[in-house]
Amino acid sequence: MSQLRNQSVEFQWQDPEEEPIVRIEGVSKVYGTMYANDDINLTIHRGEFFSLLGPSGCGKTTLLRILAGFETPTSGKVFIDGVDVTQVPAYERSTNMMFQSYALFPHMTVEDNIAFGLKQERMEKRARQERVKEMLQLVQIDKLAKRKPHQLSGGQRQRVALARALAKHPKILLLDEPLGALDKKLREQTQFELVNLQERLGVTFIIVTHDQEEAMTMSTRIALMHEGRVEQVDPPRRMYEFPATRYSAEFIGLVNLFDGHVISQEDDRVLIQCEDTEQPILVRHSQPLTAGMPVTVAIRPEKVQVMTDSDDQPNRIKGIIKEIAYLGDVSIYHVELPSGKRVKFTQSNIQALAEQPITWEQEVQLGWRYNSCGVLTQ
Amino acid sequence: MMLPQAIAQRSRALIIAVPWFWLALFFVLPFLFVLKISLSEPALAQPPFLDVIREIEDGLVTIKVNFGTYILLLEDSLYVSALIGSTKVAAISTFFCLLVGYPMAYAISVAPKHFRLPLLMLVMLPFWTSFLIRVYAWIGILKGNGFLNQFLLWLGVIDQPLEIMHTVNAVYIGVVYSYLPFLILPLYATLVRLDPILLEAAADLGCRPWKQFLTITLPQSMPGVMAGSMLVFIPVMGEFVIPDLLGGPDTLMIGKMLWMEFFNNKDWPMAASLAAVLLVVLIVPFVVMRHFEQKAAEELQ
Amino acid sequence: MKQRRTALYTFLFFGFAFLYGPILSLVIFSFNESRLVSVWAGFSTKWYGELMHNDALLDAAWLSVKIASMNATLAVILGTLAALALVRLKDAKGRKSLAVMVTAPLVMPEIIIGLSLLLLFVAMEDLLGWPEGRGQLTILIAHVTFSMAYVTVIAQSRLAHMDQSLEEAAMDLGARPLKVFFAITLPIISPALVAGWLLAFTLSLDDLVIASFVSGPGSTTLPMVVYSSVRLGVSPQINALATIVIGLVSAAVLIAGFVIYRQEKQLSKKS
Repeated sequence: MSQLRNQSVEFQWQDPEEEPIVRIEGVSKVYGTMYANDDINLTIHRGEFFSLLGPSGCGKTTLLRILAGFETPTSGKVFIDGVDVTQVPAYERSTNMMFQSYALFPHMTVEDNIAFGLKQERMEKRARQERVKEMLQLVQIDKLAKRKPHQLSGGQRQRVALARALAKHPKILLLDEPLGALDKKLREQTQFELVNLQERLGVTFIIVTHDQEEAMTMSTRIALMHEGRVEQVDPPRRMYEFPATRYSAEFIGLVNLFDGHVISQEDDRVLIQCEDTEQPILVRHSQPLTAGMPVTVAIRPEKVQVMTDSDDQPNRIKGIIKEIAYLGDVSIYHVELPSGKRVKFTQSNIQALAEQPITWEQEVQLGWRYNSCGVLTQ
Repeated sequence: MMLPQAIAQRSRALIIAVPWFWLALFFVLPFLFVLKISLSEPALAQPPFLDVIREIEDGLVTIKVNFGTYILLLEDSLYVSALIGSTKVAAISTFFCLLVGYPMAYAISVAPKHFRLPLLMLVMLPFWTSFLIRVYAWIGILKGNGFLNQFLLWLGVIDQPLEIMHTVNAVYIGVVYSYLPFLILPLYATLVRLDPILLEAAADLGCRPWKQFLTITLPQSMPGVMAGSMLVFIPVMGEFVIPDLLGGPDTLMIGKMLWMEFFNNKDWPMAASLAAVLLVVLIVPFVVMRHFEQKAAEELQ
Repeated sequence: MKQRRTALYTFLFFGFAFLYGPILSLVIFSFNESRLVSVWAGFSTKWYGELMHNDALLDAAWLSVKIASMNATLAVILGTLAALALVRLKDAKGRKSLAVMVTAPLVMPEIIIGLSLLLLFVAMEDLLGWPEGRGQLTILIAHVTFSMAYVTVIAQSRLAHMDQSLEEAAMDLGARPLKVFFAITLPIISPALVAGWLLAFTLSLDDLVIASFVSGPGSTTLPMVVYSSVRLGVSPQINALATIVIGLVSAAVLIAGFVIYRQEKQLSKKS
């Protein structure tokens, strides 16, 4: 996974003294008997690029709409800058939103769209024009000022929506699937621009997305949501390397999971007997576990390597190559173990060329280091 | 043998040709006869006019154009005031239709989804029952000892019956009542298509609910407002039944005048001239209507 | 928000009261014992009885129904063709002029349509000897001319919203254009055509002005009889007639509406 962001910004939200810009306390939203949000607690800090990630129907959009003030939570509270805004309507909040459909006013020009929010706060005309000009330059659409939305391309509309939402200097910019309507090429380019813009302006961004790659690339932190609940909140790297739950492990990237139970633990070395492997698996895990406890071992496919007899590696499995998916830079191999379970591993194609090529129905020995896999207790 | 493509070509031509010729023959062509007869001289004959093109002797034809009716039409203040009267009644009742119809169309468009179709049907239902009967119903309500006066006297709001029947006010009431559905339907169609997200976007940018309506909903519903208004204004200009049954001597309208010239005075050339004048007057609102209908259709796509 | 909704719904309520009050008063006083339509003198159905013996009115009603049903059928055929031309034959010759010709009758004052058609019929009879005199046929032609425009509007919107890939799928599976039309297009737009038929029927049944111009001796339609009676003042018999018309029309519209509603619901569920 690539990342556009320097991880060193992490320290910013580890200052316990600073009041977080958003504090969500026990927020639930119930429609009939359906919990769209179920007891959500989150803190988001100044200057963060925070992602709400999850599949459709997980409640991420509802949460964003609660932050914007379009929905009132059934229970719980929302604080912005330390002030309880739970009952404050959208038009009195210091948040602005970029809508998934962009929601540009079709009867107004680009200019008027951007000026709309400023007119609402009765900004004086000269200052308003200045500000609009500044925003047009910021998103590089100065030439389109007099156009109507239907005369713009998808990418241009996206820029207008962004400019309009940023024009009022919001404390927080809410983005609902901001790149969803763009094609892949444009999306990747826009990811860079959004991150640069956010770092330059220092505005807190909260973004809703179902695209894990997008969340990984842009965010300082990700909240992974599942069925109305927050599954895990972590920076992208931690989220990938140390998934807290089976759901997070499976949602982000590819993973191999082995169900089993703890045999013994010695410092940070845990020995786990798994149903699908002949030998127990050795895993690094520093939290104390009790013997016999049911756990799951998670290993990312790129950490599984092909072994030769001479390699000294305690975690070893044997299997037969059943499928090979060629993806250009890498290939994904599906290996069937004697128990019938399939294990995936990836190998870069440069590496595969250098070594002896692996083909279908070939028997391989696979192995991985004890500190490159993790234990999931739930 | 014909090639399938030729058959397709021919049937495509037929699809458009049949309705085209029907309308050309029975809708457009008649206007030429209106024009021709408006230029002929009235006469005691059957039919009651002297044709513009007349055969005097075998093979000898004279063309005699008579602008007399048009000159009379301009000179006699009665006709001019009928035209002004029609315009006034049409404009004022269109305004009242909007005043009543806009909030209704808006209310239906924001009602829960499963209520909208039944509510629309309730708007449509009176339109399906006889127009004549609905106008007739107002006679019983508005006349001197009608329900309205009985009710108001009973309430004690008035101590003498109001004179509404046979005045222009009765015409306004009748027109608004009869033409309301024509305004509500296109207006509703425009309003319901508006994206509610736009209101949220406006709210998000600090716009209060009432102002959201004024800056977002109202301007975007203008094509529907204009199309609906013309749908009322144009036919009311030529309305006959309502001024005839509810109006009185003070309600001069061109439709009624045309009817009287034709049926009572048997003056076909004058009736035709009035029709021609009305037709010309109506071209402007018709073009306005087409423009906004097309605009609304474009925005849909 | 809440307050605004309440205000809107209150307004809607009064709007409907305005629309239905007069109709309700008609119905109630059709059962009035007294001849005076606005003073209640006890329940009676005697006006319905008298209505049943009013031969002139019954004859006129029968004629009107006959014309209305022929009109509706012709108007649906012509209107569907026009709608097909407008929606599907985007680059056909004459499409633009057809679009204008089909919109104009919707708003054209009836009095102009009536007069102009009469003048046409008189001239045609003079020149061609057809139509011979005026009566049923001329009323029918006049009614078809303006009611086909309404059918076109209804059919047009249905056609425009129809998923054209359904037709393409049928063609892909080997159906010829005519077969596609009868097997796919027609069934899909049929609710609109039913609605169009009913609308054309009521428009014809309801027309006074145009029929007055183009009818001849011996062809008096129901609205013409009603009109001459109403001109003389209110009459409980007309109330009784109105009640019957309202009852029939409401029943027809409600049934048709319910059927269409159900169908739409099913369609929206499937897609």
